[in-house]
Amino acid sequence: MKVAVIRFPGSNCDQDAFHSINDDLHLKAEYVWHEDTSLGGFDAVFIPGGFSYGDYLRCGAMASCAPIMNEVARFVKEGRPVIGVCNGFQVLCEAGLLPGALLLNEAQKFVCKDVFLMPINRTSFWTQGVDHALRIPIAHGEGRYVCDTETLERLKDGNKIAFRYVNQEGQATPEANPNGSVDNIAGVLNEQGNVLGVMPHPERATRAICGSTDGLQILQSLARIGVLA
Amino acid sequence: MPTVRVYVTLKPSLLDSAGRTVAGALQKLGYQELEQARIGKLIELQLSEVDDARVKEMCDRLLANPVIEDYRYEVLQ
Repeated sequence: MKVAVIRFPGSNCDQDAFHSINDDLHLKAEYVWHEDTSLGGFDAVFIPGGFSYGDYLRCGAMASCAPIMNEVARFVKEGRPVIGVCNGFQVLCEAGLLPGALLLNEAQKFVCKDVFLMPINRTSFWTQGVDHALRIPIAHGEGRYVCDTETLERLKDGNKIAFRYVNQEGQATPEANPNGSVDNIAGVLNEQGNVLGVMPHPERATRAICGSTDGLQILQSLARIGVLA
Repeated sequence: MPTVRVYVTLKPSLLDSAGRTVAGALQKLGYQELEQARIGKLIELQLSEVDDARVKEMCDRLLANPVIEDYRYEVLQ
């Protein structure tokens, strides 16, 4: 079992992803450069956060055209697991591999703090191991999830909302929404359920010294790959 | 060499939080008649020849994100 951590110029959460997978989950992660054209030998893909290509044009827009993305699209089509965190979520939306888009936070500010996440879908590859609300940090300026009404209905009806921002009591209130995302959405799944995009950073909450280990609830899904295969 | 000017704007239904802040600043400067400000992008393309279908394709594939943005363009000779 081997996870590809994709690196673009400007990625800056690649090492967090690499070490949380290798050192905390004791699984195998390797870096893959954005100009590479093969994901041969890999079983999952992690697209990390950062500011790929300096966020030129739109966050994730340049990265969505990188050579490795054709291979990521093929991977997705084959039903294999892909996770995009923060900028990685933006890249997956820009590449059309997840519905919707991410805009400048409603309050215009970069927000860096712990948030509470309520798992909504609990059956997908990425979310079936999540059994309680998670406390995980966010760190973004452009995390306001938007989509049209039709898409939102499809997400709800198809159980493709992965996580909502909630307060400590587990309620999705406006106060618990850190960026103005529609319906307090913090993460979504694609139609097939193998692709997860989340703004919060599970890879920054994988050991006690981080202040939370709740990120493992999501990332430990990777451990099942070997078992499934 | 023809220049194509592409104007990209956020869909009217979406909150432009940066535009809202700019509008607030203009109002503070005394421009009370201001109702709204919205920020977009202007992208200038220099092309050896202009083929409408290909310009549209550039806009649809990269310059604008159809989920959140509208675009229009004009050709300057």
